[in-house]
Amino acid sequence: MINFSFIKFRKIPLAWLLLTRQPLRLIVAIAGISFAGILMFMQLGFRDGLFDTSVTIHKLLDADLVLISPRSKSSISMSGFPKRRLIQTLALEDVEKTAPVNLTYLLWRNPENLKTRSILTLGFNPSDSLLLDDGFSRKADKLKNPGRVLFDKLSRPEFGPIEDWFLSEKKVETEVAGKRVLVEGLVELGPSFGADGNLITSRETYLRLFPANPKGSIEIGLVKLRSGSNPILVSEILNKSLPNDVRVLTKDQFIEFEKNYWKNSTAIGFIFSLGALMGFVVGCVVVYQILYSDVTDHLPEYATLLAMGYRLKTLFFVVAREGFLLALFGYLPAYFSGQILYSIVRNSTKLPIVMDANKTILIFILILVMCMGSAGIAMRKLVDADPAEIF
Amino acid sequence: MPKAINKKDKNSKTVSINNLSHYYGIDENKKQVLNNVNFFIEKGELVLLKGPSGCGKTTLLTLIGALRTCQSGDLTVLNNQLNGASRKTRQKLRRNIGMIFQGHNLLRCLTAEQNVQMGADLITKLTYLQRREVARKWLSAVGLEDHHKKLPNGLSGGQKQRVAIARALSANPKLLLADEPTSALDSVTGREIVSLLRKLAKEQNCSVLMVTHDPRISDMADRILNMEDGKIFNALSELR
Repeated sequence: MINFSFIKFRKIPLAWLLLTRQPLRLIVAIAGISFAGILMFMQLGFRDGLFDTSVTIHKLLDADLVLISPRSKSSISMSGFPKRRLIQTLALEDVEKTAPVNLTYLLWRNPENLKTRSILTLGFNPSDSLLLDDGFSRKADKLKNPGRVLFDKLSRPEFGPIEDWFLSEKKVETEVAGKRVLVEGLVELGPSFGADGNLITSRETYLRLFPANPKGSIEIGLVKLRSGSNPILVSEILNKSLPNDVRVLTKDQFIEFEKNYWKNSTAIGFIFSLGALMGFVVGCVVVYQILYSDVTDHLPEYATLLAMGYRLKTLFFVVAREGFLLALFGYLPAYFSGQILYSIVRNSTKLPIVMDANKTILIFILILVMCMGSAGIAMRKLVDADPAEIF
Repeated sequence: MPKAINKKDKNSKTVSINNLSHYYGIDENKKQVLNNVNFFIEKGELVLLKGPSGCGKTTLLTLIGALRTCQSGDLTVLNNQLNGASRKTRQKLRRNIGMIFQGHNLLRCLTAEQNVQMGADLITKLTYLQRREVARKWLSAVGLEDHHKKLPNGLSGGQKQRVAIARALSANPKLLLADEPTSALDSVTGREIVSLLRKLAKEQNCSVLMVTHDPRISDMADRILNMEDGKIFNALSELR
């Protein structure tokens, strides 16, 4: 039955033929739409990539839940909360272990030119697990001696040639917050919006470097759950049972929390969204031009179809279908070019720029809206097709 | 033999026109193009409409073809009163009227066969393949079965006009309207086209109203109407 009705309603694929029998115009249209699509892919890719760099450390943390102070706004403005709140979470069956972490910005002296610069410093108990990195616990052991630090080798070069010195077996000694430290190892984290460089040390050394830190106060509490527990559920339970001087987030929420800060309090989101919008507008203009001139060129033919007894609605559908086909034809090259350009950008800038489902779908919808919208405006020209004028 | 639209109206005329008048423009600029036109077309009749340019022939054709709204008078086409008819009625009626234009007006992006099938596609009760069969049949009837894959650009003027005839006939029309179908053709091809049109229309019992300047095809008409200044003269002059 279905097959039968398909055959009955099957018609000459007019929209398809209108497009494909004018290959030059079709190529121009596809080039225009793909260009707009690539522009949108790149702008949104850069935007998301930059936001992702703000959470490089957040993503590496070995935790299911993260406790922060409700007054904390982002990694550049963390407030402390009582460490005992973290210990209280152990009352729950689901909680396997916890790790208190201190975080602040301290002044690092470049050992080469002796200039100081602020560096993000994390303090934790070397016997706890801080990062997901496998080799990290071996390096962490070395922090058990006081005055030892691990330096992020991806930190900006303004902090000095630490990696080169360290790898050439040179003893890298410098000052942090006016106190002597020894670089005992290198880690790979990466700079972010807030931090030009990162430093990891033990809580003991941390408190020595930053004695003003209130006793028993930490900035981040990491909670590891037993396998099989639901982090969202446990975070809700903890949020209810703990006093409101602490906030419990899942790791994903913690990452979102940081990203949202940068999205809402900086112009980055706006700038790149504006770039994407421009791509969208360029695409609209191209598709509209193509469809409008297509309708204008074929106006006598459309009028002939009306004279033969076709409905205006049928002709509207032809133009709409042309718009839909253009969206499909234009999106595919944009998608594949986007993939290639993303991998080029990834390799040359280390920016974590990836083709995720979000962008894939969003940009397809944008291109579809662009093509169908332009088709809708071009359709108005169809009303000019007057069958009485063609004799 | 095509089926009659309605058995009750078996003996009624294809087109019947009484006191039809038509004006263009508004107020001071109002100009009368048709002045009390009266005539009819019988079933299966081939009627020629002649007259100097600007006398209202094309206007009359577009009115009969339900492409324009009828302003005053009585205009009945295939048993539909067109004075006061809705857009929908006119659009539906057009499906039963074949039209052949001076400039053939084929769809450039479609092959000869697909152009004819655009006409056949209006017959909703047939499947796609049946409609394609209809298109092939009509293309053969106009002698172009070997050219069915060609685009209009690859066809000569006469061939294009044949495709246009096939397209007009493929929707089983009861009435065929043609506006100077021979004007772009040389005399031999022109005669050929009209005699083909006449033959096919007669087979279908389809009435034809043809506007023409061409004196060489007068002998093929059942009747000739002369028009001047919006009026029809010797409307009943029988030639045969």
